[in-house]
Amino acid sequence: MPRVLIDSVLCKGCERCVGACPQRILGLSKELNAKGYYPALVLHQPRCIGCCLCAITCPDSAVQVGLNGNQYKLFEY
Amino acid sequence: MELVFKNTTGLVSVPRHYCPGCTHGVIHRMVAEVIEELGVRESAVGISPVGCSVIAYNYFNCDMQQAAHGRAPALATGIKRVRPDLTVFTYQGDGDLASIGTAETVQAANRGEKVTVIFVNNAIYGMTGGQMAPTTMPGQVTTTSPAGRDVNHCGYPIRVVELLATLRTPAYLVRVSAHDEVHLVQAKQAIRKAFRYQLEGRCFSFVEVLSICPTNWGLSPAEASQWLANTMIPYYPLGEIKTPDDGPVTEAHHAQ
Amino acid sequence: MGEKKLLKGCEAIGEAAIQAGAKAFFGYPITPQSEVPEYLSKRLPEVGGVFLQAESEVAASNMLYGAAGAGVRIFTTTSSPGYSLMQEAVSYMAGSELPCVIVNIVRGGPGLGGILPGQGDYKQATRGGGHGDYRTPVLAPSTVQEAADLMIDAFDIADKYRNPVLVLGDGLIGQMMEPVEFKQRSTQVVEKPWATTGAKGRPPNIVNSLYLDAPTLERHNIKLKAKYDAIEKDERRWEEYGNTGKLDILLVAYGTVARVCKTAVDEMTKQGIRVGLFRPISLYPFPDAELRSAARQAKAILDIELSTGQMIDDVKAAVEGRVPVHYYGRVGGIVCTPEEVAFHAGRVIKGEQVYTIGEYAGLVTALTA
Repeated sequence: MPRVLIDSVLCKGCERCVGACPQRILGLSKELNAKGYYPALVLHQPRCIGCCLCAITCPDSAVQVGLNGNQYKLFEY
Repeated sequence: MELVFKNTTGLVSVPRHYCPGCTHGVIHRMVAEVIEELGVRESAVGISPVGCSVIAYNYFNCDMQQAAHGRAPALATGIKRVRPDLTVFTYQGDGDLASIGTAETVQAANRGEKVTVIFVNNAIYGMTGGQMAPTTMPGQVTTTSPAGRDVNHCGYPIRVVELLATLRTPAYLVRVSAHDEVHLVQAKQAIRKAFRYQLEGRCFSFVEVLSICPTNWGLSPAEASQWLANTMIPYYPLGEIKTPDDGPVTEAHHAQ
Repeated sequence: MGEKKLLKGCEAIGEAAIQAGAKAFFGYPITPQSEVPEYLSKRLPEVGGVFLQAESEVAASNMLYGAAGAGVRIFTTTSSPGYSLMQEAVSYMAGSELPCVIVNIVRGGPGLGGILPGQGDYKQATRGGGHGDYRTPVLAPSTVQEAADLMIDAFDIADKYRNPVLVLGDGLIGQMMEPVEFKQRSTQVVEKPWATTGAKGRPPNIVNSLYLDAPTLERHNIKLKAKYDAIEKDERRWEEYGNTGKLDILLVAYGTVARVCKTAVDEMTKQGIRVGLFRPISLYPFPDAELRSAARQAKAILDIELSTGQMIDDVKAAVEGRVPVHYYGRVGGIVCTPEEVAFHAGRVIKGEQVYTIGEYAGLVTALTA
């Protein structure tokens, strides 16, 4: 099972990951972080396919993706 | 749990100062990832420009020099010529590279310096507050073109990659875009290829990355990405414009 | 001891840099120093060095920045208009504390000026030249041999203080042929742990002059000032020639002019005039206390320059008003003769008004018409 890990301290709430997610499982928190942004949030983790596009598109190195088990490599990055 | 996408050791883990949605951060990360993947972090020397990415020297986890406005290719030349064993790259914006540093850019390319130039084109001066750049689109409103860029007054945006492609010296010249995830995947390949060409001692390598500037464009990051796709890409076509493997090179004429 | 070779000043400068361990030269042709890049384009590859002709002085000086930052001994040569273009990189190198050597073979100015010898770049050389609060040590040779010696010293000073060092010559020094001997020097390898040589087994090195935080920038400036204070204390060089002690007149001149003055001193001494020459070799730091001491028993000073009067401000500041300071000079590429110097010195001794530069030039024109 893949898992999206968002660093809510580094996130600036630009929503690039929200738009990039093919599964539409990301959104913004309703609470401000210390910098005054609404950080990104995983709304429905089980639907994640581990494509990493959220992490690829993040300008602030705020997203990492973890994996338990095996997964098909979807594309070359 | 194994991390299948983890933060690169090519970057220092500190918060970066860029505005929300600014793609400088993504481009930094991709360059740093390539440096890590190719195993050259300990031989890399980066050169930061003047502009928004001036303090890139605090972000890349390798040796860095900070250049005067537009002079990064000259610094890169100086370093690479005396230390060809180092992996040298510059990271420059459009004002830095395509305006004040035009001479250094063209001449470094023409000499075929074995360095890699990362050229971030966001069609505006970001750091100084949204003034017109040499790459600003026709009609684009900036703080120094309040009625939109008038091409009769200041000419058309410069297509740097195409300009450099006219030089006979072999080079790897490519234009990619950072506006969405699909194009980022392609951009990463281009950056990797550019560094590979340097490591092989093949040629000057130059990656123009179309980039968004939500703050100075006055758009949300999502709108900015749309604007880039609709406005910039038609004018700045993506793809490899020149590779060192291109075509039969005609021999120079010799006296018989 | 090495053997003596007959060399042009420009060639001696290039060869001396190689002897000092310079690994590369980035430069741009400009008269009257183009013989240096010409010589080095052949010579540097022979010793495994790099010669590269840059697209401009702006680029050449920024190539110096890059290479100096990578920790190698590096230098360039240029002439007045070219040195103006290099001010950007010189300021950045001073700010980033990078060692390098730059030779300015000064010609007449302002603007494109002329290609004959001049000393009109004195203030640009000794006051930093570019933007910001910095200094560069300036060494002014008056013979080809001294140019070769000072080149080698310049690299040591640059490395010692991590600062650009300027060697200030003129067309005469550059074009003149004289026997030169390259003394065997113990070339010490200077460790440069700050250089960008690849972050292997250490944290990244950053070569930079940007300090956005005001207190940090102030601390940086204070650190630079301490360095300039140390340079002012330890790097003063001068020569005294001719008579010392009680003097009818003390001539003050540097570079080519000092050479002319030496002949004048010899001639005047033969005529029973008590005359001496004080020749600053380091123009920054200016040997002010030494000049003050040399001028203590002089009745007057005559400052002679190939400019309309630039070093004279340093001379006046040095003697603190204790001795009257007169000026005589030629510009436009005209070098004054020993007879001319003796003539004007004679007027000072007799208490007569020294001709202004315009009056004397007019007088000469009238006489030769």
